[in-house]
Amino acid sequence: MKRIVLGATAALAMMATAANAGTLDDVKARGELICIVNSGFVGFASTDASGKWQGYDIDYCKATAAAVLGDAGKIKYKPATGKTRFTILNSGEGDVLWRNTTWTFVRDVDVKLAFQGVNYYDGQGFMVPKKLGVKSAKELDGASVCIQTGTTTELNLADFFRVNKMKYEPVPTENNEESRTNLLAGRCDVYTTDASGLAATRATFKDPENYVILPEIISKEPLGPVTRHGDDNWSDIIRWVKNALVAAEELGITQANVATMAKGTDNPEINRLLGAEGNLGGMLGLEKDWAVRAIAAVGNYGEIFERNIGTKTKIGLERGLNALWTKGGLQYTPPFR
Amino acid sequence: MASIDTPSPSARSGSGERNILARLWYEKETRGVILQILTVVLLFAFIAYITLNAIANLALLGKTFSFDFLSEPSHYDINQTLIEYTSKSTHFRAGLVGILNTLLVAICGIILATILGFILGVLRLSPNWLVSKMVYCFVEFTRNVPVLLHILLIHGFVVHMLPKPRAAQEWANLADLVFFTNRGVFAPMPLLGDRFSWVATAFLVAVVGSFIFARWAKKHQAATGQHLPVVLINLGAIAALPALAYLLAGSPVGWDIPALKGFNFRGGFVIRPEFLALWLALSLYTSAFIAEIVRAGIEAVSKGQWEASSALGVSRGRTLSLIIIPQAMRVIVPPLTSQYLNLTKNSSLAIAIGYMDIVATVGGITLMQTGKEMETMIIVILFYLGVSLFISAIMNWYNNRIKLVER
Amino acid sequence: MSDATISQSYEPGTHPDLPPPLLERGLIFWVRKNLLSSWYNVTLTILGVWFLWTIVPPLYDWMFADAVVNAEDRTECQSLGDGACWAFIHERFKIFIYGFYPEPERWRAILAFGLMFVALGPLLFDNFPYRGKAMLFSLAYPFIAAWLLLGGLGLTPVGTDQFGGMLLNVIVGVTGIAFSLPIGIVLALGRASELPAVRIICVTFIEFIRGVPLITLLFVASTMLSYFLPPGTSFDLLMRVLIMVTLFASGYMAEVVRGGLQAIPRGQFEAADSMGLKYWQSMRRIVLPQALKISIPGIVNTFIGLFKDTTLVIVIGLLDMLGMGRASLADAKWAGLSSEVYISIAVFFFICCFSMSRYSLYLESKLETEHKS
Repeated sequence: MKRIVLGATAALAMMATAANAGTLDDVKARGELICIVNSGFVGFASTDASGKWQGYDIDYCKATAAAVLGDAGKIKYKPATGKTRFTILNSGEGDVLWRNTTWTFVRDVDVKLAFQGVNYYDGQGFMVPKKLGVKSAKELDGASVCIQTGTTTELNLADFFRVNKMKYEPVPTENNEESRTNLLAGRCDVYTTDASGLAATRATFKDPENYVILPEIISKEPLGPVTRHGDDNWSDIIRWVKNALVAAEELGITQANVATMAKGTDNPEINRLLGAEGNLGGMLGLEKDWAVRAIAAVGNYGEIFERNIGTKTKIGLERGLNALWTKGGLQYTPPFR
Repeated sequence: MASIDTPSPSARSGSGERNILARLWYEKETRGVILQILTVVLLFAFIAYITLNAIANLALLGKTFSFDFLSEPSHYDINQTLIEYTSKSTHFRAGLVGILNTLLVAICGIILATILGFILGVLRLSPNWLVSKMVYCFVEFTRNVPVLLHILLIHGFVVHMLPKPRAAQEWANLADLVFFTNRGVFAPMPLLGDRFSWVATAFLVAVVGSFIFARWAKKHQAATGQHLPVVLINLGAIAALPALAYLLAGSPVGWDIPALKGFNFRGGFVIRPEFLALWLALSLYTSAFIAEIVRAGIEAVSKGQWEASSALGVSRGRTLSLIIIPQAMRVIVPPLTSQYLNLTKNSSLAIAIGYMDIVATVGGITLMQTGKEMETMIIVILFYLGVSLFISAIMNWYNNRIKLVER
Repeated sequence: MSDATISQSYEPGTHPDLPPPLLERGLIFWVRKNLLSSWYNVTLTILGVWFLWTIVPPLYDWMFADAVVNAEDRTECQSLGDGACWAFIHERFKIFIYGFYPEPERWRAILAFGLMFVALGPLLFDNFPYRGKAMLFSLAYPFIAAWLLLGGLGLTPVGTDQFGGMLLNVIVGVTGIAFSLPIGIVLALGRASELPAVRIICVTFIEFIRGVPLITLLFVASTMLSYFLPPGTSFDLLMRVLIMVTLFASGYMAEVVRGGLQAIPRGQFEAADSMGLKYWQSMRRIVLPQALKISIPGIVNTFIGLFKDTTLVIVIGLLDMLGMGRASLADAKWAGLSSEVYISIAVFFFICCFSMSRYSLYLESKLETEHKS
């Protein structure tokens, strides 16, 4: 009997796959990027009727896969809840977390995650049905508040109500969908999460005009990609893929013109970014045309934004803080040099 | 290997060619010892292996293994707290709140499930064909559907079908005292005055008196054969004495009546929909199993007992309560225990609907905010193990007690 | 000539049977005896009828009469009838069954499911043709099924993250029960062992597993298990869940088998000993075949419990049938149809589990008669 048990253990050990050593090597060897995403968040990451993933964060996964593997289709999506996302990342089941995750001190330093910048500047807001007649979050004393458990919003909410000496009943759920159901059923008076999330949620309502997002933004929620502590090369790749998309917008490179621009232009920064001059890609351990492939796959930052969550979509978010720094926003990239 | 076929006694008689190890192996006792040592060594090797792995993994992630986080402020709020708790309280206290919430729903569930289960089990055996079949359908449907679905269905029902607070004000209330809303059931809460101790004392006196009376009545019956309506008298005393004290003390109880203020009803006593759904779902699900256990237990009592009892002219109800159920209890108690355990364990499904039990507080939010997967999961597991052992111990004690009656 | 009939005499025992009096037979008698035998019986009947009257007609209307089967979205559903909107289930049916398992490969899932019954045949029926050879197939079945589902060796590989829906429930349930049986047997034997160390280890393991809710074990699988593996290794989430579910089921299986072992008369053990059989020989040839046969109803019941518990995998993010149902509710087109989803899944589980419990009852009664004869 013991022999059988030992045999089984050995078999299991063989099934275990080596990971972590170098995520880049693993991804290349696997020929597939494992991207941890939100399990359902319209505009950012959601599946359509045929089960295909789409959204803002999904486009970033595609850009990463295109830059690393040369094929934006070679991605395995790993949907995660607010609760499971970090464990999935830390256990090596996923390579990178593109899932509207807030960069905080504790997460960065104590939970041992590596944040790679900010691809969306967000803040926590409140959404209420119009007929409640609430004009400000300060009028919410005694309300029932829907929140997603295990997020920073839960902590901000507690702080906000305590500071303003108001009472509330938290109604926690595991994901955006359940909170939305609760709000529609009237289980809670108000739903709080990142403002982008509120807009995305409202877009899925049958009567979005009957819900208002209150003016107060009670927190800073810089959302960005996360990698594991300790794999600097892989972290560099994620950070610079993100930066390349912003740079592309700054430099006027779009999905449509990237192929022509890649042949060489008068602008040395464009040439460096697209690999016509120097070898920035090689320094990352990627091909020379890494940025070209990423931009060709999903377009520049502005294009990704407008396609998934911009004013022309159902979600209808303004660029606001997420405009380029040259246009009064915060999106800024260190130079490609 | 061929020597294995040789029976052991001949090996013990000892032909010189076998070495000492082989001889030890053929000795039954020593072989047992060797096997056990091997097992224990293997087990410890395995434990050491995973512990070393865990240490290495934690070091790799730069994490430490410590329970210090328990004394830090939790920073989150919990909607149902049996003890005082704010977002400034510690994670330890949050865990305590979770534990109490788990125990609350488990105890309420066990009580309701037992009552429902016994009623259903007895009705299932009722001579009334219609009722028996209805109970059969209910039991079969309930126990063959996953408990998680029950929880979700009932929660969905409570949240979607019951009115919102403002509408409840209009129609879903009992005499403007109890309100049924999808935010919970709001009922008046008694506010105890100073002289309430009179009522409490009267209640205690009544209960103790009832016990003494019951014992005396039993003796009386044994001596004279006269049967006194003990239950009626005792219930009457327990109701009347405190009521009398209440009046004498000048109605020392005030009522905090819920009223609609702003978004919600305020004041009074509230049963939240999450608790309600979990409690009802667990009770219904478990009651179906208990009904089957009770039925099997009653059927296990031989038919002669029924016949003898009815030959003596004892009514059906008294036969059940005095003759059949006491005997059936011996068959019922062991499986009943495991149903109680199951109910307690199933209460962990609370997280599916956002009821803040221990899995949701320590195993959920605390885990998430501190990143202490290992420590929080250990706390949760130890808690459930403790509860399981406790329930088993109590039921074993009870089981032994009723077994002693057997001759 | 009635006088003649009355006065006609019969030898004792030759009188032809007369029909019972009218009040003692037929529908009226049945109703009187079963529904109206006493005043509380009458009350119960009235209550029962009232209860049925308030519950059944509205439920029937909602589920069938006013229900809508074909519609494009919820608004259209509502315009067509006030009953259930089955159109939603209709549209999502395949996703409920297969999850994200790729469309062109679904025949493999169906084949694996069908082969399961072929593999079960020889295990369940004594008179299965060529039982000995068929048993070999049963033993090989788990590997064949794994190959069919996962692919490789000529089939397109399918990642476990694409498993979902009912397929996932069946995979988790069947794997759990199939692998927990041998482990459960070993644990049960260990618990009955004369060696204290072995006994203590087995008892501790069994009590630990039975004392902890399945979802905490699933959380352990999803959050903690990779800490216990050598640094840098991890394996598939579904695999970890299967291992945990197997361990969980084996704790319960051990108790079922223990019940079977205890039912074997002491004499059987002693007879085996006196024949000079060694421990494993006597177990394999004498004790276990009898004990397992008695345990079959218990094993089926454990399986029913486990199959229902497979829905719990949603708490760690696997999308089984219930998970798929809940995920589908996120679709704005159909939002708010949770009752339809939950009720259809409940009916599915009811049909599966109820038929299995009937089967286990049938086995029990069969075993009982065999013992008596």
